[in-house]
Amino acid sequence: MSCTVRIPSPLRSYTGGAVTVAGEGGTVAAVLDDLERRFGGIRFRVVDEQDRIRPHIRLYVNTSEVQALSQPVRSGDTVHVICALSGG
Amino acid sequence: MGSALWIGTRKGAFTLRPGAGGRGWRLSGPHFLGHIIHHVVQDPREPRVLLMAAKTGHLGPTVYRSTDRGRTWKEAAQPPAFRKAAEGEPARAVQRVFWLTPGHPAERGTWYAGTSPAGLFRSEDGGERWQPVAGFNDHPMRPKWAAFGTPDGELLHSIAVDPRDPRHLYLAISVGGVFESTDGGADWAPLNAGCAADFMPDPEAPYGHDPHCVALHPRAPDRLYQQNHCGIYRLDRPEGRWVRIGRAMPKKVGDIGFPVVLHPTDPDTAWVLPMDGQTVWPRTSIQGKPAVYRTSDGGSSWRRLDRGLPRAQAWLTVLRQAMCTDGRAPKVGVYFGTTGGEVWAGANSGERWRCIARHLPEIYSVTHAV
Repeated sequence: MSCTVRIPSPLRSYTGGAVTVAGEGGTVAAVLDDLERRFGGIRFRVVDEQDRIRPHIRLYVNTSEVQALSQPVRSGDTVHVICALSGG
Repeated sequence: MGSALWIGTRKGAFTLRPGAGGRGWRLSGPHFLGHIIHHVVQDPREPRVLLMAAKTGHLGPTVYRSTDRGRTWKEAAQPPAFRKAAEGEPARAVQRVFWLTPGHPAERGTWYAGTSPAGLFRSEDGGERWQPVAGFNDHPMRPKWAAFGTPDGELLHSIAVDPRDPRHLYLAISVGGVFESTDGGADWAPLNAGCAADFMPDPEAPYGHDPHCVALHPRAPDRLYQQNHCGIYRLDRPEGRWVRIGRAMPKKVGDIGFPVVLHPTDPDTAWVLPMDGQTVWPRTSIQGKPAVYRTSDGGSSWRRLDRGLPRAQAWLTVLRQAMCTDGRAPKVGVYFGTTGGEVWAGANSGERWRCIARHLPEIYSVTHAV
């Protein structure tokens, strides 16, 4: 499965500045593993060691929020990584 | 690049280097602007190597490594992370890498990291790959030792390695206490006897104390100093009971603070920076009059060092990693950074203070590199 992953600015140091990258995999977990193979270190900034999405990060497949990393990803989908900051 | 102070801040890392001809200080950076930098530590065994504990507000925690004295940095391939939780176990995740300590001189490439929630991690390849120290992280007592936490989570800090024996380790947890291992981290025992814990129902409890900073003297490793939530202490091993040397501080100042810094060669000399621990714990300079205190007799007496520091209305807070020396005896340079973004230098063992940088972000750590 080939999808598009939108990379937020805090993670673009991993993708050489690319805003979107191609991803491979039939689930969100597989897409993240694919990203990790190519952009080492990126997965742990997004997902913790218990495979939980980090508290201030949200993942979407197209417009639906990812509740579990097993959520399917279909060819042509866009996976969004969203980061939230607060305060100064 | 010569001698440098590495300043870890809430918004990145900076360096301060003596200016040409020894006049003034030259600020450079930021490195990793916007990243939360808790600690930057040089490897005394390989001075070109530095490690930096980092995270951001939204991304997971990590460690950066430099092998060229901080010119360039590369992320660790495997940052500190707890093992995957088994079914029914609490699933712990590292929220921040808070503390870094180089390993024993004979174990090149070995490092220890302390995290929040309280976890101990070890790297044997210069900080590239980190493994949990199961003897501590999975110790059956660990849930009780690190049960309370602080608003920023439980902090594991002050990891110390006995220079005579790589298997002899100390660490501290806020809130939890001081712990010791004599078998390379396979097993641990509390080491808090003598320390007050006046916030606890049982003041003689074996753990649950709040060490803010513990330091082992590198030349006299049987001597440890501790700045605790409840006073300043000294421990001379093999004795197992801390002695409250802060009792000799002036009553109106008290003996509460975050950092304690040791003289590079003289085990009787140490510096502390008292803060206000009354009522709701403002943690600022006492009465708005900042001062460093130095003992030169192992804590029997203390001398106030405030020449050059503001005389009034200066409400400084100095965190536990934000004070250091330059390691140069006999005229030791002492440095501290404030949460208001100022760095102060105390020449000649702190006898005269000068502000050498201001307008920095909130300072978390000040460390010296050669």
